[in-house]
Amino acid sequence: MNILEIKNLTKKFGGLTATSDISMSVEKNSITAVIGPNGAGKTTFFNMITAVYKPTSGDILLNGKSLVGLKPHQVCHFGITRTFQNIRLFSEQTVLENVLVGMHQRLKSHWVGTLLHLPAITREEEQAKVEAYKILEYVGLEDFVNESAGNLPYGAQRRLEIARAIASQPKILLLDEPAAGMNPKETKSLTDLIHDMRTRLNVTIILIEHDMKLVMEISDYIYVLDHGELIASGKPDDIRNNKRVIEAYLGKEASSLG
Amino acid sequence: MIKTWFEKFADNTTGQIIFFAAYVVLTTLGLFLLSDSVTAFLILLLSLLILYYLKLNIKIKWALGLLIIAVLVPFAASQGSSYQSFMDVGTLVLIYVAMSLGLNIVVGFAGLLDLGFIAFFAVGAYTYAIFGSTQANHFMPFGHYPLPGDTFWLFIPIGAIIAAIFGILLGIPVLRVKGDYLAIVTLGFGEIIRIVLNNMNKPINITNGPMGIPSIEPPRLFGIAIQNASQFYYIALVIFLFAIYIATRLEHSKLGRAWKAVRDNEIAAQAMGIPLVKTKLAAFAIGASFSGMMGSVFAAKQMYIDASSFTYLESTIVLVMVILGGMGSIPGVILGAAVVIILNNQVLTDISNTLTQLSASGVISVPDALSPAKMQRFIFGILLVVFALYRTKGLIPHKNRVFNVSKLKREAAAEKNKYKDDPEVEGSES
Ligand SMILES: Nc1ncnc2c1ncn2[C@@H]1O[C@H](COP(=O)(O)OP(=O)(O)OP(=O)(O)O)[C@@H](O)[C@H]1O
Ligand SMILES: [Mg+2]
Repeated sequence: MNILEIKNLTKKFGGLTATSDISMSVEKNSITAVIGPNGAGKTTFFNMITAVYKPTSGDILLNGKSLVGLKPHQVCHFGITRTFQNIRLFSEQTVLENVLVGMHQRLKSHWVGTLLHLPAITREEEQAKVEAYKILEYVGLEDFVNESAGNLPYGAQRRLEIARAIASQPKILLLDEPAAGMNPKETKSLTDLIHDMRTRLNVTIILIEHDMKLVMEISDYIYVLDHGELIASGKPDDIRNNKRVIEAYLGKEASSLG
Repeated sequence: MIKTWFEKFADNTTGQIIFFAAYVVLTTLGLFLLSDSVTAFLILLLSLLILYYLKLNIKIKWALGLLIIAVLVPFAASQGSSYQSFMDVGTLVLIYVAMSLGLNIVVGFAGLLDLGFIAFFAVGAYTYAIFGSTQANHFMPFGHYPLPGDTFWLFIPIGAIIAAIFGILLGIPVLRVKGDYLAIVTLGFGEIIRIVLNNMNKPINITNGPMGIPSIEPPRLFGIAIQNASQFYYIALVIFLFAIYIATRLEHSKLGRAWKAVRDNEIAAQAMGIPLVKTKLAAFAIGASFSGMMGSVFAAKQMYIDASSFTYLESTIVLVMVILGGMGSIPGVILGAAVVIILNNQVLTDISNTLTQLSASGVISVPDALSPAKMQRFIFGILLVVFALYRTKGLIPHKNRVFNVSKLKREAAAEKNKYKDDPEVEGSES
């Protein structure tokens, strides 16, 4: 079953067409990669799904319902969250608080109840903290609970972005270059984490990544963008051997991987 | 050596309590005996700052703090001829602390620079002033005004609500702009409110224009009219405690986290499901309501108000309190407001008076233009520059909440955990 359908999505910035007529379908509980050279329109594509940008034309359907025209926070309520290529943590706040913000839409507490000191809200807050801690353990950041997010090493910041995103219990998780800046060891454990999230959290994952080893290893399906156009799609093996892709992007690297 | 002594002291609760009690008793007596001494008054107030830094249970601290501000300070000050003036300064401190706590929600928590914050104070003040004087007779089709002083208490929540509505009215157009533009629009808003209040005497006379509103009814409680600063002090104290309660409760709530998330990164905050408009409007409305409440108190205390009390300079002063104290830091903002008001209304005027006396008796000669009371803005200017250069985070910088990691760990281990493989728990899950 397809959880997400993208129909002829186009985004123009003035004269520049960042993505042009892109269509794709993402199967529930799959791992899908979106790859392509710099400036291909990958991040723009994520930004349209999460309503940061409004598409110039085309449609985005989550379980058959259109997301176009929603506000970014509503997209989150519908079950799509993301991480950012240029890390966007709440850097002055602690690691645990960052995860708590990720839980925002799941918490029912209203501020009036907070002021009235309702026991239900106190309980909810306590549970939220414990759950946030569990999530930090899950991504391996339990030693940094009280650290300011901005003080974390780069790789840890990327993990924290993932922790914050899964705190909202999304149906679909969008990862924008999660391995950027990571060393091979970190990348390996990230790969494991992505695999594990899919089965354990029952989440559909779409990721943008330049690390071809990682992409080929974990993706069920790959879409390749170049200059805003979808130039190929298929299983990792098809992509590896696709001539247009090799020309546009993979070059010699692909043959060495093959 | 000093450090180890200090560490020992920090661990010794009884020692701290004895030391603190001795300090408070001595300074209370000091003020009681020296009655009119500003220095004694200040040294007694300093006990509150010492209390803040003592390592005691938070409930004990609150109890001691309340004892000092609600009982000891008024008692110790009550002896001399300066009683009412001390209490007047005390009331002003409480009024401005509540306002800076409100502005701190807008600027410190939500990161929305507001240069017209005094407008909400004005709105609260005018609301009570109009209905608590004969002014309302000019335009109200029904009812007799002034309303009796017993209704004043209603005007505290009414002031809060009307100020909150104005907060939202300001918020709606302002949310489209950011940063510098936001500051300019809020500045304009503040001035517009002041100018409108100053000109609403025609065609219908609502505010009595530049003449201001005189003869505002004093509040009444159980038939007693409240007219002295020493009485207003307690009204302001209650609202002040209420404001601290709201600000601290909200800081670490879902809404407080949403404010800080929006402040730190709007795009990420939205992606995490935080509605931008609602969250910012909540900051404007709740922040404004603090000012609105204190506005009613101010009007009742002054018994006369006009628009000149609500100029741009006043907005800046509240902002200075927040910045000087420490943006986003509740204890910092309280200290900042207290320092500014006391410096302004007590220390500088006191030094000026002493100098005038000395010049009059011919000991020294200080030209009138150099009187410290007149150099208020100059002194604030220097203070701000010094802080901007050397202590950008304020007197008491904001500290992040520290979570009890071992407790969290224990609780996480005790519950079922879907993020972990645990055969037993997984079996029970399905
Ligand atoms: N807000 C914007 N305004 C104007 N042009 C934009 C905007 N955002 C993106 N673009 C342009 O759209 C094109 C696609 O950018 P995008 O960030 O989507 O690329 P990308 O595939 O994510 O690249 P990278 O691998 O470098 O992250 C680029 O030419 C970029 O300059
Ligand atoms: Mg990108």
